[in-house]
Amino acid sequence: MQEVLLSLQHIKKDFGEGEVLSDISLDVHRGEFVTLLGASGCGKTTTLRIISGLETADEGRVLLGGRDMTDLPPEKRPVNTVFQSYALFPHMNVEKNVAYGLRLRGMDKRAIDKRVREMLELVQMSEHAGRMPSQLSGGQRQRIAIARALALEPELLLLDEPLGALDLQLRRQMQVELKRLQKQLGITFIYITHDQEEAVNMSDRIAVMRSGRFEQIGTPEEIYDAPMTRYVAQFIGRSTILTGTVKSVSGDTAVIMDENGSYPVDATRARLVPGKVCELCVRTERMRVSREPVPGFSLPCTVKEARYAGGSVLTYVTMAGGAEAVATGEERMADAAQPGDTVYLCWNPAQAAVIGGASHGA
Amino acid sequence: MTAKRRRKRKLFSPIYLTLVLIILYLPILMVIIYSFNSGRTIGAWQGFTTSWYTRLFGNALMADALKNSLILAVLSSALAGIIGTLGAIGLTRSHFRSAGLVETVATLPMMIPELVLGMAYLALFTAIGVKLGMGALILTHTTFCIPYVFINVKSRLIGMDPALEEAARDLGASPMRVLRDITLPLIMPSVVSGMMLSAAMSLDDVVISFFVTSAETTTLPLKVYTGLRSGGTPEINALSTLMLGAIFLAVALSQLLRARSDKKLNSAQ
Repeated sequence: MQEVLLSLQHIKKDFGEGEVLSDISLDVHRGEFVTLLGASGCGKTTTLRIISGLETADEGRVLLGGRDMTDLPPEKRPVNTVFQSYALFPHMNVEKNVAYGLRLRGMDKRAIDKRVREMLELVQMSEHAGRMPSQLSGGQRQRIAIARALALEPELLLLDEPLGALDLQLRRQMQVELKRLQKQLGITFIYITHDQEEAVNMSDRIAVMRSGRFEQIGTPEEIYDAPMTRYVAQFIGRSTILTGTVKSVSGDTAVIMDENGSYPVDATRARLVPGKVCELCVRTERMRVSREPVPGFSLPCTVKEARYAGGSVLTYVTMAGGAEAVATGEERMADAAQPGDTVYLCWNPAQAAVIGGASHGA
Repeated sequence: MTAKRRRKRKLFSPIYLTLVLIILYLPILMVIIYSFNSGRTIGAWQGFTTSWYTRLFGNALMADALKNSLILAVLSSALAGIIGTLGAIGLTRSHFRSAGLVETVATLPMMIPELVLGMAYLALFTAIGVKLGMGALILTHTTFCIPYVFINVKSRLIGMDPALEEAARDLGASPMRVLRDITLPLIMPSVVSGMMLSAAMSLDDVVISFFVTSAETTTLPLKVYTGLRSGGTPEINALSTLMLGAIFLAVALSQLLRARSDKKLNSAQ
């Protein structure tokens, strides 16, 4: 078992306008990259601020390496933050920005210089040491903000949507770089984002947040393949969610029926008994349409529109019961179904997840 | 037709602007010009001279008034600088419920007629036994200067990213260290700009000073005022010109500092 570095225990926070955090708990292991993922206003920034000490929890404890930090002010916590707005001090040059925390620690001048040089090298900004923040581009400011926070060798680095202000290309590049830094330094990262792709790409574990609670905490794969709630299924990736009743179970397969028709479900991954309501999440990229009925499936539908999506064709359909679904096909636009055509939905049952069902191997 | 109208409109704006500027600045220009007039009356130009300035500097009473005015302006703007800045930091950084009320009350003296303020101070000082003179002048000038610093500094603090102070805390700075290393350096241009405005306000105040000064302590604006009542001399014109220069310089410096620091702060965000 890995060592638990940070432990949030039953944190509650209310700013006077309803609960922002309602009883959240989370353990983060040393060296882990954990992402808090959620829409704006879900409480992820408040959680981060409670860890850094910039906000105090109404209830609950914050432990770091077993030590209770709940009542420590931010300057006494071995935790540093990379702010969304970078928050570089505009009246200090790059070097002084990075050196600020070291100077506060009372390190001697030569050690500070050495550390600042190392940090600037680490983020590839050595030649900009003398520049003022106003002379730097967004991506460069970002690097300095990271260097400044890492200079103090924090046990835990908090990153509040650090890539939010960058354009897509720079974002992708910085994602790779951040991940490299984290691996190289072995520092524990807690990362905030509302971008699910970013979360899936970078994290060891993702905590999906919604109105002050964790909906699910798990590896990107678990979150993607075995969503615990409907919200998680919809927030991560694109999918169609089918709600039906279990008609029969035989061996490893159950048959579900709803107003659109009936379809098979892998019964090994969830406890299914006849009569039970079952929500199934089928990822858009795993949903297929067929011109002919598929054995086991009975989901006829009418094509609404076929759209080219770069390398694949997305087919938008209306099912017999009126629900909408999206399927992916690898054909060319010329082979795609025409609006009004009748097609049949199908998928590999092993690749669809019963929401709230146990994940693989569990 | 439309071209003609456009031409008309094109002519109208500059003419209007020129008229407004003339109405605003002609009287002031007159004072400046006639401070170099060798004759004694405004309106009759009798040749150029700087003798009024020489006489002004030779006048011991004037020198005394100048000294008083400068001491008063420096001390009251410095005090207003400290009090106004602390007030602005306190009010913007703490979120107590009556902050808005306190703020209105704090800036209200700018709106109250000076005559009323002057009388009020006189009544208060007499009632509690404050000796009229320099002490009373400094007290009153500081009071009416505070809003200028307060408003200036407050707008800067509101425009500042709160994450700057939080980042400093996060890097290990105590609240006092944050004030010293981050907040004060960043608001300093606004503090100085507010103090410059304060100095300008203090340098030209007549009404309030009139009520709270003593017979032995006189300031330059009071000197101008009493000088005019006894007929007015070109010496007074010369004095007014010098004061104008000083005040213009203070205001210009204040604006310049503001503009420069705004630019610096905005481009860094």
